[in-house]
Amino acid sequence: MQTLRRKDILGLEEMSAEEITLILETARSMREIMQRHIKKVPTLRGRSMINLFYEPSTRTKASFELAQKYMSSDPINVAGTSSSLVKGETLKDTVRNLEMMNIDCVVMRHPVSGSAHYLARNVEISVVNAGDGMHEHPTQGLLDMFTILDKKGRLEKLKVTIVGDIRHSRVARSNIWGLKKMGAEVVVSGPTTLMPPDMEDFEIRFEPSLDDAIEGADVVMALRLQKERQEGGLFPTLREYAELYGLNSRRVEKANEDALIMHPGPINRGIEISSELADGPRSVVLDQVTSGVAVRMAILYLLLGGTKEE
Amino acid sequence: MPGTLPPAAAEQVVGGGEKMTLNPKATVMDEKAIKQALRRIAHEIIERNKSIDNVALVGIRSRGVPLASRLQAYLKEIEGIEIPLAILDITLYRDDLSERQDQPEVHTTDVPFDISKKHLVLVDDVLYTGRTIRSAMDALIDLGRPATIQLAVLVDRGHRELPIRADYVGKNVPTSRNEQVEVNLVEIDGKDQVDILDLK
Repeated sequence: MQTLRRKDILGLEEMSAEEITLILETARSMREIMQRHIKKVPTLRGRSMINLFYEPSTRTKASFELAQKYMSSDPINVAGTSSSLVKGETLKDTVRNLEMMNIDCVVMRHPVSGSAHYLARNVEISVVNAGDGMHEHPTQGLLDMFTILDKKGRLEKLKVTIVGDIRHSRVARSNIWGLKKMGAEVVVSGPTTLMPPDMEDFEIRFEPSLDDAIEGADVVMALRLQKERQEGGLFPTLREYAELYGLNSRRVEKANEDALIMHPGPINRGIEISSELADGPRSVVLDQVTSGVAVRMAILYLLLGGTKEE
Repeated sequence: MPGTLPPAAAEQVVGGGEKMTLNPKATVMDEKAIKQALRRIAHEIIERNKSIDNVALVGIRSRGVPLASRLQAYLKEIEGIEIPLAILDITLYRDDLSERQDQPEVHTTDVPFDISKKHLVLVDDVLYTGRTIRSAMDALIDLGRPATIQLAVLVDRGHRELPIRADYVGKNVPTSRNEQVEVNLVEIDGKDQVDILDLK
């Protein structure tokens, strides 16, 4: 497959393994550009983009903006708190108005699941989902897969253990969809109350015991405990959570010797993952950040690099 | 792109999806002619640059790469030193991205040395409109400031759309715009041969 015939990137659930492979291969070329002295190619010159963030973000926002600038497009940033959303304007109106300024692409993070799909149906320009509620965060899923592929040389038949709050995690959902399509084995672990009610749909294995889940893993991915999404009573205390499901060097001894340790950030140190593990030799937490820019450059190129048949 | 066509007379989807048939018309270079042309170019590179100590080759993907690598081998044969070789992918620098329906596939650029102050010889299979070379020069200048950029091509088929000319030409082949020049190289296509095809 050579081209991506899509208007939007909304989630990995609807993407094929071929499309994912194309994005990951294109990202490899993009990473080379990031290592140059002049980190810029003229490819998307004259394209304008809006980054609409209705939730706080440092990494994802900076990553998208750098990717846009490395490709020579012109991004502008609109933060939810300073936008006309607070004056009562609907999302559709906001973006339709922005669309009339002739922008080519909107990157959006929004607290409501499904908002990116809703937006994509209502505007003609490309929509890139930078996280919608608890639903999906496709570019994070892609950058995680890119990181694994880069370090391991393959995704197929790898055992990937995802630990923590799967239920509230869009990162977990995107990773599960993507990794399964690429032929990896996904195992999840965490308190039963933090598992998604629709887990059967994902066709993944749930191991309540962290030690069993980690046994023989090629990749161990900790998720951020989303304090802002916790309704009361899903687990007793942070200390108890850390005790049972926090990753540390001793815990991951059961994984394969060369297992990768991942975390999408931001890290609650000492809760999901210990500092010595997060900063240790097997941790690829910082590689994930570099991968993020490369993957986003690839997506922007594949969405906007040609004119689409309408 | 010339040189990337499937075997002669195969059906080829061009531009907006209309189908065209390519008929082989003439073979303009065979294995021996390609070898002689490249050897001659190697000698010309040495003459023109006096010494090749500060010369490096830059192959443009895809068929410029094996050609550059052959030139590197010939230069080593003659002068006894192996000069650096880089691989350039110009996709992200194309000027027709907003006109094409699909994005062309991006491949990796691999320039394993500092190009600043070097005499660079860009290598490509066919020189036609000159737009690929324009893109390649832009790409190189983003990587540093070479002392000179020279151009070596296996075939110059004319019809330039930009003020660009080659410093080293394997063979000048007068063509009409209705023809395609197909370069086959052993490394990619399994044989060494240059054909002219008719677009009917």
